Amino acid sequence: MGRLDPVFARTREEGRGALIGYLPAGFPTVDGSVELLRGMVEAGCDLVEVGVPYSDPVMDGPTIQAAADRALRSGFRLRDLFTVVEAVSSAGGQAVVMTYWNPVHRYGVDAFARDLAAAGGLGLITPDLIPDEADDWLTASEAHDLDRIFLVAPSSSEERIALTTAASSGFVYATAVMGVTGARDAVGGLAPGLVERTRAHTTLPIGVGLGVRSGEQAAEVVSFADAVIVGSAFVARAEAGVESVRELTAELAAGVRKAPSPIG
Amino acid sequence: MSGQAPQAHDPHAPGPHDPDARGHFGPYGGRFMPEALIGALDELSAEYDKARLDPEFTGEFTRLLREYAGRPSLLTEAPRFAEHAGGARVFLKREDLNHTGSHKINNVLGQALLTKRMGKRRVIAETGAGQHGVATATACALMGLDCVVYMGEVDTERQALNVARMKLLGAEVIPVKSGSRTLKDAINEALRDWVTNVDTTHYLLGTAAGGHPFPVMVRNFHKVIGAEARAQYLEQTGRLPDVVTACVGGGSNAIGIFHGFIDDADVRLVGIEPGGKGIESGEHGATLGEGSPGMLHGALSYLLQDEDGQTTEAYSISAGLDYPGVGPEHAWLKDTARAEYRSATDDEAMHAFRLLSRTEGIIPAIESAHALAGALKLGQELGPEGHILVNLSGRGDKDMDTAAKYFGFYEES
Ligand SMILES: Cc1ncc(COP(=O)(O)O)c(C=O)c1O
Repeated sequence: MGRLDPVFARTREEGRGALIGYLPAGFPTVDGSVELLRGMVEAGCDLVEVGVPYSDPVMDGPTIQAAADRALRSGFRLRDLFTVVEAVSSAGGQAVVMTYWNPVHRYGVDAFARDLAAAGGLGLITPDLIPDEADDWLTASEAHDLDRIFLVAPSSSEERIALTTAASSGFVYATAVMGVTGARDAVGGLAPGLVERTRAHTTLPIGVGLGVRSGEQAAEVVSFADAVIVGSAFVARAEAGVESVRELTAELAAGVRKAPSPIG
Repeated sequence: MSGQAPQAHDPHAPGPHDPDARGHFGPYGGRFMPEALIGALDELSAEYDKARLDPEFTGEFTRLLREYAGRPSLLTEAPRFAEHAGGARVFLKREDLNHTGSHKINNVLGQALLTKRMGKRRVIAETGAGQHGVATATACALMGLDCVVYMGEVDTERQALNVARMKLLGAEVIPVKSGSRTLKDAINEALRDWVTNVDTTHYLLGTAAGGHPFPVMVRNFHKVIGAEARAQYLEQTGRLPDVVTACVGGGSNAIGIFHGFIDDADVRLVGIEPGGKGIESGEHGATLGEGSPGMLHGALSYLLQDEDGQTTEAYSISAGLDYPGVGPEHAWLKDTARAEYRSATDDEAMHAFRLLSRTEGIIPAIESAHALAGALKLGQELGPEGHILVNLSGRGDKDMDTAAKYFGFYEES
């Protein structure tokens, strides 16, 4: 049983895809990020991804790089992550953490898992950790009952998709394009094929991210995937304040209710 | 030459110092990389594993080293310099005499040949001092490949001459404005390009770091340095050196020369890291000396990082050593005590830089001057009986502006 299973059970019951929103912790400040993430939960995100600002985010485009940079310059410390997760969970939100691996390695994989679980976090998305290198994390996630969300990419071979889905729980993160994060005008043409290939290996829900920014794109994504993941578009809206973030959430939440989910 | 079977001492042949199948040297190395790049790394590994056993490939590589890069490079004794090194005998492995002026050309020719074997047409690279960028632009010109070089904005300023050289050679140079705007961020940007264009593009990494297979592959392309140096040392002196020393940025020139002597248990291997303004100042790039295990750019190794695992900024007067990470094999050599790592400050390196120029008529790269500074101290420790081999990884033409400022030449004129 994955910690995220109830989230997807509900969206399936409602015959729709899930909306997953990303925002870095500590952006623009620790309190500011709590307010924004709570806004996202209240306005319709089924799950939020709390990002860990990191000095060398090689999978991120300029928008998220700049946000991480700003969080770090305004003094974000790793322990603040747990404060943010706790604040989101206690407000009734469901939260996972998205993090590059070195901060976790440095903190201690088991200690990180323990503190995340204690704060109410449900799992980790790991953009630069592949299951091949994840022995410590497999152990710690079992010990602290957290979901492991690994990524698959259009360039992943069948063999790698099999290995990655077998190591995953909660859901599988499919990157819609070859490239870094950043809002795009069109959903990557490679996404439907990747989702189809991934489904052949797993019954886990599949979330699609990278580049989505509108309700229309969200509707398109959930016509073939179980969840749509939106990051840079939220970060860009954060500048304009929580109302703007809520508006985007509402638009996306309407989007995921437009198309029938393939499974629901 | 093509057609010849690999020899027992073939630098490309698999051997006991290779990492495990997933690229681990002890606990270090591996692949801490996005899944999107794993396919490309697998492809590169498979192609390299075939090529390293293919006499056609290794023969063509050796031919290019000889006929294009100018190998073997000389081994030159430096007696007047050695007078300042406790009277020990000091020999220089003259990688500065290679085409393009540093050891970097060895690795670049090897990877450019592999790029062609893989049928890719576009090459990207990062560069710090500009030496790797120049070498890459050169090989791409030679082999008709498109070339894009990422370079930190700070480095484009301190190495302006090399920017001009790359442009002349037909490469596009992209200044990187993010983060510390030095080598680390140039690698980040190159990785972002790679993840976007991986189908058509090879990332020609310039040092023995990164995700598997880069550390072992880059090392093997540089093993020629140590193999030549060992034979030359024996021929010119009838013995082996007591110490082999090299500067360590990412670690490629050091690992290349170290491997010539790695099985000679009596030969000490000493890497010299950039001590910057002094270790106490916190402004340095002494990753192995002062860092702790962590991941950067795809491998677990030593890393300069803060309590939260954020990479901290390195500092060195030398752009080629200004890097907070280091190749994973060096981490393993340190932990197993097969190699030692020390540091030389900016001032010590600049002293050695001028000293070699004035005593031997050889202007070294500031990177290599760190190894020379190390040799001055090692010579004092060893005394007149000592024998020291220094890897002179590059020449100093590119550093004239930095040197002129450091020594105040512009004010004098
Ligand atoms: C002449 C020279 N030596 C040394 C280095 C450091 O690199 P590595 O440690 O990989 O040899 C550089 C890097 O630019 C260089 O140009």
